[in-house]
Amino acid sequence: MAKPSPQDRQYTKEHEWAKSDGGNTVTMGITDHAQELLTDVVYVELPAVGRKVKQMQPIAVVESVKSVSDIFAPVSGEVIEVNQALEATPELINKDAFGEGWIAKIKTDDPSELDGLMTAEGYEEYLKENPH
Amino acid sequence: MKKTPLYERHIAVGATMTEFGGWAMPVQYSSVIDEHRNTRSLAGLFDVCHMGEIEVRGPQALELLQWVMSRNLATQQIGEMKLSAITNRKGGIIDDVTVYKRGEDHYMVVTNASTREGDLDWILKAKQEKGCLKADVTDLSDATGKIDIQGPVAQKILLEIVEGDLGSLRFYHAMETRVAGIPALVSRSGYTGEDGFEVYTTAARIGEIWDLLLHIGNPHGLKPTGLGARDTLRLEAGMMLFGHEMCQTVTPFEVVYGWITDLDKDFIGRDALKKQKEEGIRKKLVGFEMIDRGIARHGYPVWAAGEKIGEVTSGTFSPTLEKAIGLAFVPVSLKEPGTELEIGIRSQRAKAKVAPLPFYRRKK
Repeated sequence: MAKPSPQDRQYTKEHEWAKSDGGNTVTMGITDHAQELLTDVVYVELPAVGRKVKQMQPIAVVESVKSVSDIFAPVSGEVIEVNQALEATPELINKDAFGEGWIAKIKTDDPSELDGLMTAEGYEEYLKENPH
Repeated sequence: MKKTPLYERHIAVGATMTEFGGWAMPVQYSSVIDEHRNTRSLAGLFDVCHMGEIEVRGPQALELLQWVMSRNLATQQIGEMKLSAITNRKGGIIDDVTVYKRGEDHYMVVTNASTREGDLDWILKAKQEKGCLKADVTDLSDATGKIDIQGPVAQKILLEIVEGDLGSLRFYHAMETRVAGIPALVSRSGYTGEDGFEVYTTAARIGEIWDLLLHIGNPHGLKPTGLGARDTLRLEAGMMLFGHEMCQTVTPFEVVYGWITDLDKDFIGRDALKKQKEEGIRKKLVGFEMIDRGIARHGYPVWAAGEKIGEVTSGTFSPTLEKAIGLAFVPVSLKEPGTELEIGIRSQRAKAKVAPLPFYRRKK
């Protein structure tokens, strides 16, 4: 069963999470539910640092044994850091999707974009209605 | 979505469920790769109740099956099972099935999940066409439960609760026996490339066998194993999946089923297949492994010398070989192992090369 979604961040309908540092930096990854659906992650295509992304546009690609999925940017901005550890150990996403399996940090132009995303409760509710 | 008799058990242990052929099936219980490796090294237990079982009985049962099946069943002995294709008039594959001879004039055809109803209709039509009125065709799928136990220690585990001489049961042979005291059909066969068994009993009692096997198998390392690992296991073993490698516009010769196509007897599609064999095939299913990084997937295009020349039918990351592998159709001129291909993976073209099948063969 998927781990509960932490309260300290926001969620998209595409199963990404976005956690603000209180300022302009947002760390993002995919949810535990998403990693369960993907099954074992074997390869992550990370964005280049410095790349500009728009909210809900593809930012990374996650390949699992079973399928391949685009991962979407939860907020607009510039990629300032990526999780290099995923290159050698992509399974971090399976083990700790909400922590060590983070994908990228984005310096956002507009922190208020986060307000348009779901809370943890909202996301859990959304999962109940959309189990797959 | 349809549910197997074991559905509640999968939910209870927190399996990730997926839709497959109209059924809600467990894709993984913990991890596809762990379940895959565990089946290769110890044993895996698979819910395959979604598959279809069609019984054909009566004095004309063999005559009907001979007309429907690509495989010559004339010499099949009681207790023997045969892999066969069912082909349409053009030789295209309607399904790949196993045929069990359970007694004189008594057969069981085991179908894929998504093809069961089509197969039944097809066999019933063939019965009319051939006038095989003395062949009774019955769909036993809903009443039947089926589980596979696969892996090097599968026999050791099953031995504890099966009656009869399991040890001397030969590959692709079956025995009518009891498992946990419950009447069952057990064959030495499977879809993983490992030693193992397929176990059939009633849908009502399959759960008892499932529970007991997991209980006694636990100390030996037996684990429930989902469809995710089933797919990676079969792909490593070079086995095909209906709907991926096979469909109604693909013939047995174009895939790796020439050996189950017996042109020396008459069956639906024989003439077209005979003609194809004489004229030669144009495309062929081959195995490939990726040279560049990336994983090829079902439907991705295959390129050679700047031209799109084929299509990937299955692809995955192989947990045993730890590289990306797959199956694809290519022109026959490119079918030799070592031939370089390119696979269109999203916006890129990644290098791959034709590889001999199977990718994985167990040590005996």
